[in-house]
Amino acid sequence: MEQVPKIPKEKFKLLHKKDDQAQESLGTPSLTYLQDVKRRLFSNKVATVCLILLGIMVLISVFAPVVAPHNPNTQRVEYSNLPPKIGNLDIPGFNGMQNMDGKSVDAYKEVGAPKGTYYILGTDYLGRDLLSRIIYGTRLSLIVAVLATLVDLIIGLPYGIVSGWKGGKVDTFLQRIIEIVSSVPNLVVVILMMIILKPGLVSIVIAIALTDWVTMARLIRAQTFQLKEQEYILAARTLGESSTKIATKHLIPNLSSTIIIQTMFTIPNAIFFEAFLSFIGIGIPAPNASLGTLLSDGQKAFRFLPYQMWAPALILSIIMIATNLLGDGLRDAFDPQSSD
Amino acid sequence: MADEKTPIVQVKHLKQYFNIGKANEVKAVDDISFNIYKGETFGLVGESGSGKSTTGRSIIRLYNPTSGQILFEGDDISKIKNRSPRMKQFRQQMQMIFQDPYASLNPRMKVKDIIAEGLDINGLTKNDDERTQRVEELLDMVHLNPEHMSRYPYEFSGGQRQRIGIARALAVDPQFIIADEPISALDVSIQAQVVNLLQDIQKQRNLTYMFIAHDLSMVKYISDRIAVMYSGKIVELASSDEIYNNPLHPYTQSLLSAIPVPDPEVEKTRERIDFDHKKHFSDDQRLQEVQPGHFLYCNDEQATKYR
Repeated sequence: MEQVPKIPKEKFKLLHKKDDQAQESLGTPSLTYLQDVKRRLFSNKVATVCLILLGIMVLISVFAPVVAPHNPNTQRVEYSNLPPKIGNLDIPGFNGMQNMDGKSVDAYKEVGAPKGTYYILGTDYLGRDLLSRIIYGTRLSLIVAVLATLVDLIIGLPYGIVSGWKGGKVDTFLQRIIEIVSSVPNLVVVILMMIILKPGLVSIVIAIALTDWVTMARLIRAQTFQLKEQEYILAARTLGESSTKIATKHLIPNLSSTIIIQTMFTIPNAIFFEAFLSFIGIGIPAPNASLGTLLSDGQKAFRFLPYQMWAPALILSIIMIATNLLGDGLRDAFDPQSSD
Repeated sequence: MADEKTPIVQVKHLKQYFNIGKANEVKAVDDISFNIYKGETFGLVGESGSGKSTTGRSIIRLYNPTSGQILFEGDDISKIKNRSPRMKQFRQQMQMIFQDPYASLNPRMKVKDIIAEGLDINGLTKNDDERTQRVEELLDMVHLNPEHMSRYPYEFSGGQRQRIGIARALAVDPQFIIADEPISALDVSIQAQVVNLLQDIQKQRNLTYMFIAHDLSMVKYISDRIAVMYSGKIVELASSDEIYNNPLHPYTQSLLSAIPVPDPEVEKTRERIDFDHKKHFSDDQRLQEVQPGHFLYCNDEQATKYR
């Protein structure tokens, strides 16, 4: 075999200095975690717009008594089914004109409303201001959404983490409970609730609280199973970190994307569930408004007075889409590795 | 090797079974005994599933050993309870470096918080400044730029991440470190860098290592003594030179015959020794000293032959 000739040591030259600290320096600026999250969230234009939209809705809901132009439950039967009208502006669709027997007539004049009477989104069959009802209805839907999310986070999240982390017998026991709970349809729970409670917000929220956390708990459990074998969790254990600290420092931050995505499913689900119950008549009792009751009322006259359904449907859709897109944005924002 | 041989870790008849009493019972570690002496590097080699990682994790008490004793500086630590003060103390004396540098650092934490985790748990620093300063020292020790403190793990290469893992283990000032295949996930060009760093730190801080690996040439380079594991048992234990020059167990011989040599001439003629997995194990065998410092898993008859 041909021998490789020996090369004297002096002929070798270091290409770079031994001091490789400079070589290993990284280029981007350093920020705290929350700053990072904020920056990534606001660099996502869609999410920012959704955040602003939802923010406006939440603000209006919170200040509903101040913002709403009328009392949502005051009936003025003489002004029933008035079309939308904004001041004296002649905007098609918002000028108080109504199609009657093939002719366009000013509905406000027909019912003899005095000058200066406007209903921005019109009135319903009892002459209640639709805009005020939508504002109050949105408020109620958002309350249901927030409570459902809280239940998810307060019951579902710890339940899933404990079940996944402990494993073994504890897990088996907790999973049987979940199976029992999830096998009862929540419609049955609500109907049974009617026996003890009056229909209304309380019974809806209790029904959601009893059944809604199951999906979250299941997802979190599955993820926890996966995460707890990760070496950084083992490293934390060899350092003597307590289980509670491991959950808050290691598990929850790494579960955040699952939590956010699941929450973004919970919010529309809860709103839909409330709307559904109200629609079939066992939800929010009259005369209170929710997006569900408004849709239910609007649907009855949809062919003749479509505006009564368009507005609540539009608001409901905006809430759904905005929460979904914001959820996507938040998930990316919480992940340091997402590109921006 | 250490001049005065004081054992730092003594493992006596350690057994680690999983799913005990069920159909899928696994005897991951099956009655092994060995000593690790202060200041040495103890290599543990074997194929995948031979129980070497489990041994490491049992010793550091990530698992509760099924039976047997683990003495750390003469103190039995195999039964101490989690959350007891003794456990807390033990957690500072023994640390671990993990295999996968991509999985061993929490992706949502900054390097500073990762390294300082041990400091925080044990309250080793009084205030934030001291904490930062300590993290800087540790980063410096593993040749990383202290500016890297506020970065996330994903911004680093495999080798850099592994060095962060080493810094985390060193934070609590341990005496004994279990390195669980610390280089097997790294690029070959980076392996030497990490191994040399480990050796430098060992000299500086007078550490004892247990080095788990399956790369035999690397183990020979770093270890003073080597134990060869096969299916939950230690089949041979001797100084690294002895293992390489005078392997007695057929499994060790087979393992050594599999090491490739960067020389085409040798490679052309290299013959692998087959190891029959069914033979070579019987109930009358146990680990016994056949030559001074050379232990072999065999029965009495074979032992006399080698003596």
